[in-house]
Amino acid sequence: MVVPALAALLLILLTALPLGMLAIGSLQTEGTQGLTLANYLGVYGDPRTYRLLQNSFLYALGTSAVAILLGTSLAYIVERTNVPMRRAVFAVTLVPLIVPGIVSTIAWIYLASGKIGVLNKLFMALFGLQTPPFDVYGMLGMIWTEGLHLSPLVFLVMVGSMRAMDPSLEEAAVTSGARPLRTLRMITLPMLVPALAASMLIMFVRGLESFEVPALLGIPARIPVFTSEIYLALRQYPQDYGVAGALGMGLLLVSAVGVWTYGRLTRRAERFATITGKGYRPRRIDLGKWRWVALTFMVAYVLVVVVLPFLVLLFVSLLPFYIPSFDMLQRLTLKNYVTVLEHPDTLLAARNSLILAIASASITMALTAVIAWIVIRTRLPGRRFLDLLAFLPIGIPGLVLAVAIVFELVNFPIPIYGTLAILVIAYVTRYLPYGMRTNSAAMLQLHRELEEAAAAAGASWWITFRRIVVPLLWPSLVAGWIYVFVVSVRELSSSVLLVSPQSVVISFVIFDLQVSGQSTAVAALSVVLVVALVVIVGLTQGVSRRVGVREG
Amino acid sequence: MAVLTVESLRKTYTTDRGGVLAVEDVSFTVEDGRFYTLLGPSGCGKTTTLRSIAGLERPEGGVIRLDGAVLSGEGRFVPPYERDLGMVFQSYAIWPHMSVFENVAFPLRVGKVRPSSGEVKRLVEEALALVGLEGLEDRPAPQLSGGQQQRLALARALVRSPKLLLLDEPLSNLDAKLRERMRIELRELQRRLRITTVYVTHDQGEALFLSHRVAVMHAGRIVQEAAPRDIYAQPSSPFVADFVGLGTFLEGEATVGGVRTLGSVVRCALPPELAPGAPALIVVRPESVRVHPVAPDVPNVFAGQLRVAAFLGDHLDCLVQVGGVLVRARAHPGMDLRREQQVWVELPPQECVAVRDDGWRPRALTDRIGDED
Repeated sequence: MVVPALAALLLILLTALPLGMLAIGSLQTEGTQGLTLANYLGVYGDPRTYRLLQNSFLYALGTSAVAILLGTSLAYIVERTNVPMRRAVFAVTLVPLIVPGIVSTIAWIYLASGKIGVLNKLFMALFGLQTPPFDVYGMLGMIWTEGLHLSPLVFLVMVGSMRAMDPSLEEAAVTSGARPLRTLRMITLPMLVPALAASMLIMFVRGLESFEVPALLGIPARIPVFTSEIYLALRQYPQDYGVAGALGMGLLLVSAVGVWTYGRLTRRAERFATITGKGYRPRRIDLGKWRWVALTFMVAYVLVVVVLPFLVLLFVSLLPFYIPSFDMLQRLTLKNYVTVLEHPDTLLAARNSLILAIASASITMALTAVIAWIVIRTRLPGRRFLDLLAFLPIGIPGLVLAVAIVFELVNFPIPIYGTLAILVIAYVTRYLPYGMRTNSAAMLQLHRELEEAAAAAGASWWITFRRIVVPLLWPSLVAGWIYVFVVSVRELSSSVLLVSPQSVVISFVIFDLQVSGQSTAVAALSVVLVVALVVIVGLTQGVSRRVGVREG
Repeated sequence: MAVLTVESLRKTYTTDRGGVLAVEDVSFTVEDGRFYTLLGPSGCGKTTTLRSIAGLERPEGGVIRLDGAVLSGEGRFVPPYERDLGMVFQSYAIWPHMSVFENVAFPLRVGKVRPSSGEVKRLVEEALALVGLEGLEDRPAPQLSGGQQQRLALARALVRSPKLLLLDEPLSNLDAKLRERMRIELRELQRRLRITTVYVTHDQGEALFLSHRVAVMHAGRIVQEAAPRDIYAQPSSPFVADFVGLGTFLEGEATVGGVRTLGSVVRCALPPELAPGAPALIVVRPESVRVHPVAPDVPNVFAGQLRVAAFLGDHLDCLVQVGGVLVRARAHPGMDLRREQQVWVELPPQECVAVRDDGWRPRALTDRIGDED
């Protein structure tokens, strides 16, 4: 039982400790001893902070609205109607889940920036406009970019909840005499309300926490939000830890409230929703002539979310220098790829990202497997607390976690600042909730008697865990591992404050190149990264499907 | 007055195991006020047939009529929401976001005829009283127990007094005790309301208990349709005989006055299609077989070895080995029988049913208890 005890201790170190340090750090100021409220008074006494708050809320609400609207409509069309090509669209929609936020943000700069956006040039040429019709540098542009990026998540959640719905609930309405539209309004939509409300909250929190769009679009447009302000406080000289701490605590509070409400809502939803909990094959609605309208919507969505961003990056990556003009098509070159791939920083970052992703995925899955076992299998008095701790990071914005870790290192001078170790700590902490969710769902499916039989046969805890639990959890361990691997490669919001020249990661290099204006190199690197990620996920999906057969 | 006729219904469907089959040439008539059951194993097409009647599936061929008016077929298809019926689903399909009252009131509020709110209240209360749920109107529906949800689903199906009641395995999600009680209630309710009812189940006990007529379905077709008593006593095929009850199957060959089997001839009546020489099966139910410690002087007596004699309270469950065949019998619990003793089984000729041997075999027939010794 040494392993569970160590795992529990590690969990506390990863979650409770940094939060504690953040709280303490936000109460300290440079030069003075003891704790003070000076940072809070300074930050929250400043009217600019309320503009910040207003911007953050508006941005998060707008993002969540765009994501919900697009994701839900798409889910309904793909899942519940007889629209053609829905299978292909389903697969393509999952691609943006792999693409790092930094890449999609940069792509939208090249698509819809007022000065250099390709779409603007195209529309101006096509319709003879004098001024560019789109501007990504503004609140609307920010909302659009982030909302689009998050919409596949909503799509997945809504597809799941539509599949979980017993089709006889609708059939009962129809055989009661309700026409299709009335059935949609009185039965289907009310049944989806819990899932809608839950995804709205989660998207809101994701919007609040997002870093890429506020940094790349919001800072130049002078629309500050919480995350970009925290970033600036720590990137300016001298760094202002106090302001970062106080802002971080504020953001943490808001997103914690969001996550807490989400938890209450989903718990209520469980009571509310399906009776049997099994998967169903829902009835598809015959759209008739409207099929073509739905198809158009689907194709437009795929164009905007997948095809256009990729094409624009590909285009820019093949240019000798960036001018938004189609004449440039005659001067395509592969030079940028050579430059990027030969650059020592890129190679270092690629190596670092790979090591980090493998390490974080392995540690996260191993740690949460043990924690999930403690929470589900034991009657330990503190197990609920462990469960809570492991889910806590879902409400901690990446940037705030990074601030907390910085505070930790200031107070405990362990010499790991600027190493990969610190990034592993950040990633593992951030992705604990995902590992936990995967492992506890799988553990709940395992009958306790399987382990009791091993114990009765004379196996110790460790042997039982290794020889019985782990092999039975294997399919979900692999699935969770792949997921954490991918999100670790995409991670930027905590890396951005924690990397050093020796520990740069690929997403940070992209961010850095973009900030320093090396557009063609950024595009080339983005294209390479996206292709690599899609290939990796494609391959591992194939593998995990084979591993996952036992689950079915 | 509501008569349902189904003529030459055809519809392809996927079975529970993922295979594709077709409801093929299914025809039957449900007379007014009768309880009609489609009985069969999972994947036999019974639910597809029921859903076609409801309009939840669009048949590929055939005609369905209610009181002479075409519901589907002949180029017409009346959508389900315009059919005058009530349906109870296997999962009950109680809407969890509505109260008990709202669930029952729903059909009254969305249908073509919209009664006044006072009338709705009266009708809902009436329907709830019918199923014994009076007083629970304001309860949120998910708070009801399984049995109560079942009743609520029934009240909802009955509230607008439809011409036709459709029930899709409504009792299969209940535990054994409750199922027993609900089937008595359901039978009483149907007999009292005299509503034309189509019921789908795989439980032969339910089918026999509830129905005026039973249609046994197999692989998309109706293989026999008759009153419950006749289905049980006069099965027309080995499949039906096995599906509706326990029995012993004796393989043989039709001959004059009986079937040649067990090294002799078992006397019984032969149906006309069994000419002498045709392969035939004798089906005999366990309660018809008599076990004797000494050989009686009656026809159809065979000597055998008692392999199993298990006391089950109201009877002794016996397996007697006669030659290579195990004969299943029910003996009086007071009989003093010992395992492995010599006994004589009597198969009364009037209780032996001869059916054409179409090659179909129940699984139990191939399991030989003797091999395990």
